[in-house]
Amino acid sequence: MTEKLVIIGNGMAPGRMLEHLLEKAPDRYQVTIFNAEPRVNYDRIMLSPVLSGEKDYEEIIIHGDGWYIKHGITLYKGHKIVAIDRQAKTVTSDHGVTEPYDKLVIATGSVPFIIPVPGHNLPGVLTYRDLDDVRAMMLAAQSRAKAVVIGGGLLGLEAAAGLNAQGMDVTVLHVMPTLMERQLDPAAGYLLQRAVEERGIKVITKANTQAITGNGKVEQVELADGTVIPATLVVMAVGIRPNAALAKEAGIAVNRGIVVDAGMRSNDPDIFALGECAEVNGMVYGLVAPLYEMARVAASQLVGDEAAAFVHSDTPTKLKVTGIELFSLGDFAEGEDRQEIVLRDAAAGVYKRLVLKDDRIIGTVLYGETADGAWFNDLKKKQTDISEMRDTLIFGQSYQGGAPLDPMAAVAALPDDAEICGCNGVCKGKITGAITAKSLTSLDDVRAHTKASASCGSCTGLVEKLMVLTLGDTYNPAAVQPMCTCTTFGHDEVRRLIKAKSLKTIPAVMQELEWKTSCGCAKCRPALNYYLVCDWPNDYADDYQSRFINERVHANIQKDGTYSVVPRMWGGVTSASELRAIADVVDKFEIPMVKVTGGQRIDMLGIRKEDLPGVWADLGQAGFVSGHAYAKGLRTVKTCVGSDWCRFGTQDSTGLGIRIEKFMWGSWTPAKVKMAVSGCPRNCAEATCKDVGVICVDSGYEIHFAGAAGLDIKGTEVLGLVRTEDEALEHIVALTQMYREQGRYLERIYKWAKRIGIPEIKGQIMDDGEKRKAYYERFVFSQKFAQVDPWSERVSGKDKHEFRPMASVGFAEAAE
Amino acid sequence: MNWIAIGTLSDIPRRGARCVATPEGKIAVFRTVDDQVYAIDDHCPHKGGPLSQGIVHGAAVTCPLHNWVISLETGKALGADEGVVRTIPVRIDGERLFIALEALASRAA
Repeated sequence: MTEKLVIIGNGMAPGRMLEHLLEKAPDRYQVTIFNAEPRVNYDRIMLSPVLSGEKDYEEIIIHGDGWYIKHGITLYKGHKIVAIDRQAKTVTSDHGVTEPYDKLVIATGSVPFIIPVPGHNLPGVLTYRDLDDVRAMMLAAQSRAKAVVIGGGLLGLEAAAGLNAQGMDVTVLHVMPTLMERQLDPAAGYLLQRAVEERGIKVITKANTQAITGNGKVEQVELADGTVIPATLVVMAVGIRPNAALAKEAGIAVNRGIVVDAGMRSNDPDIFALGECAEVNGMVYGLVAPLYEMARVAASQLVGDEAAAFVHSDTPTKLKVTGIELFSLGDFAEGEDRQEIVLRDAAAGVYKRLVLKDDRIIGTVLYGETADGAWFNDLKKKQTDISEMRDTLIFGQSYQGGAPLDPMAAVAALPDDAEICGCNGVCKGKITGAITAKSLTSLDDVRAHTKASASCGSCTGLVEKLMVLTLGDTYNPAAVQPMCTCTTFGHDEVRRLIKAKSLKTIPAVMQELEWKTSCGCAKCRPALNYYLVCDWPNDYADDYQSRFINERVHANIQKDGTYSVVPRMWGGVTSASELRAIADVVDKFEIPMVKVTGGQRIDMLGIRKEDLPGVWADLGQAGFVSGHAYAKGLRTVKTCVGSDWCRFGTQDSTGLGIRIEKFMWGSWTPAKVKMAVSGCPRNCAEATCKDVGVICVDSGYEIHFAGAAGLDIKGTEVLGLVRTEDEALEHIVALTQMYREQGRYLERIYKWAKRIGIPEIKGQIMDDGEKRKAYYERFVFSQKFAQVDPWSERVSGKDKHEFRPMASVGFAEAAE
Repeated sequence: MNWIAIGTLSDIPRRGARCVATPEGKIAVFRTVDDQVYAIDDHCPHKGGPLSQGIVHGAAVTCPLHNWVISLETGKALGADEGVVRTIPVRIDGERLFIALEALASRAA
């Protein structure tokens, strides 16, 4: 029987441990994860680029939902474990889920220090640990007001830079005389402070925070010397401590963190701890490289390799603030037995310092120019005797042995065991080996196979140089991501060429664009089919075999191979006779589950495929048509009751919703489209998280778009305000058509809008009446061919082969 | 071999599949773009998804549940996934299609 492995926490360390575990023994454990955060595993190191707006949340996801499904892992999102019962060997979450374990891994991470000054719990005081903190900061930044960051360490400075990039007026308070004093010597700390200040961030060192004050929310920060700094947002980034409270309550040995041996095992042999919550050999860790090392060790121990042991090693520190180059490693305190080599170039803003002991490097600080960091790290790690090259050592690798080399040559000269990616401990040889052995051609591939540059990303440049060295000119870092492995063209290029060359069938596209496979794959065929349907509505014959099963049989496949059926309920409005018809169908076909959907309709689940035409026939008799709940097309238009019933309603939101739905149903789009119309700004139809939404106001209709409420949560953008219902419909239709013509297959409206730019869309739809009319007319034309109820077609016999077996064999023999 | 008639080539759409019901479960019979015909169990080695409902490309099918790609020739999962599904011998006689009964009988036994 498989053993039960329960993991508390879903950060980077347990995520990496699972990767190792699945590699070593995929079937050994049945894995359950409890994540106090309501989401999947993401790259926490990359929160700073998210805060500064350089990256999106979806770009930093390590394991998407699909990964958990693929590996059969149960992930409880938003479940905080509140108790461990070591006698019964169970854990219990705050939502009351109790799960037994054979082996338990505690990976509860750390909690930020909160300085207990008066006012530390006022609204507006945040910490900087997870995506929720980042989102709260980004929200606060919208006010463009003043922020104070308490803490001038790595996290504090990244938070300050991010808030500054978001347009806030930021002051950093640091209690020590220089910034990042644990990683930098005072000279580098000074240079860093200057660079930070040049960006418009104020820095106050030796700042002793005395109180945070305000009337019901943060208004100012007061220092011990009497200075008062106005602020609407205070971010505390003064450090972290291991989150070991849960383990302590369960009676597990806890010191600073959860005490574990070199095998990551606590004093309970069935309970492991790893990550920031673990204390091994008296040390706790916060940088990713040692945490990943813990993950490797824990996975080995879990599959029975008792020799696997954690060994301490120094990890280089880098600051992830665009434009500031900083590298620090090892020990750089002064001492009798130590010598140092220092290089300063004030004009260029470069400072380099090497600390030597017995002719070996023990510490390095680089500021302004960090390309040689990997080389110094390598010399330190190998304890290389540097006496021979001492005179030129500080100039870096290029100056060893003659003429200066270009940066490419410096990378080429690195030995195979030189570490390139510090976070994941990947050396040069592993990267170049994987590129050659597995014929990798893109950065994403190299990341997938080696993990190099897949965490903090600061070695991306080095990895790309290695790719150029290994692949030669065939590697072009800016190359377009191809649609799939069948072609070298990206989605946009294919769409452009379909129009330019008037390609009107899938075989024509594949022939003209030199597809590498005979008939494509499950990625490109549905995409091409959509592009052709969209671009040639009257000429193109839909390719049935290039649609996913849901769109082929017009129902949603479920995990057991049965289907679910959702009829359209225009605007969410129904009647006694419709409900009666649904009830009769449910009885007649013994449908096991009936559920109200989030889109104001009724879902019937567990229908056998053979029964689908019968179900549709009966529903059709009652006037129902397909709800397209399976389609990359218009799904629902959710409404509130509007001015007909509601005492706050300003317009007939129900009527408008029904009108939109009746006008637009049946159209295919790059990805699903969900809409809503609310009758007043109270927004009961939740229109502001939809692909397209309308908020009715006294003066007309405010049109919104590009919202999301699935994997991502995103409020809508405002397209504009129009006066009449007719105008509202025209604008919404034109917007949808623009998306239909430009979106990449499976790209939701909010992603398309982000790629194209909101101003571009507003310009074409709101300001350019001619363009809008043209979009509108193209949509109306394509609807002539699209608005055919797929259910009634199939009831009349279309595709009847789909719904019954071609033969039944062997039954007679079995009966004998 | 004992061949059982299951129908004709034109019963199955190109780049499509039909099912044959047997007492031990469904068999998926595929027809490729170049009229090759293959039969495998209608059961993905991953989570049991109905392979007959997948998209057929070349001599492979992508499972509709989690996108595993299964070779119709060998029954093996392609790419990074590992798993195998039973293949059943198919004979084409002009338009008519047959599958081998032995395979069925041996499994029933």
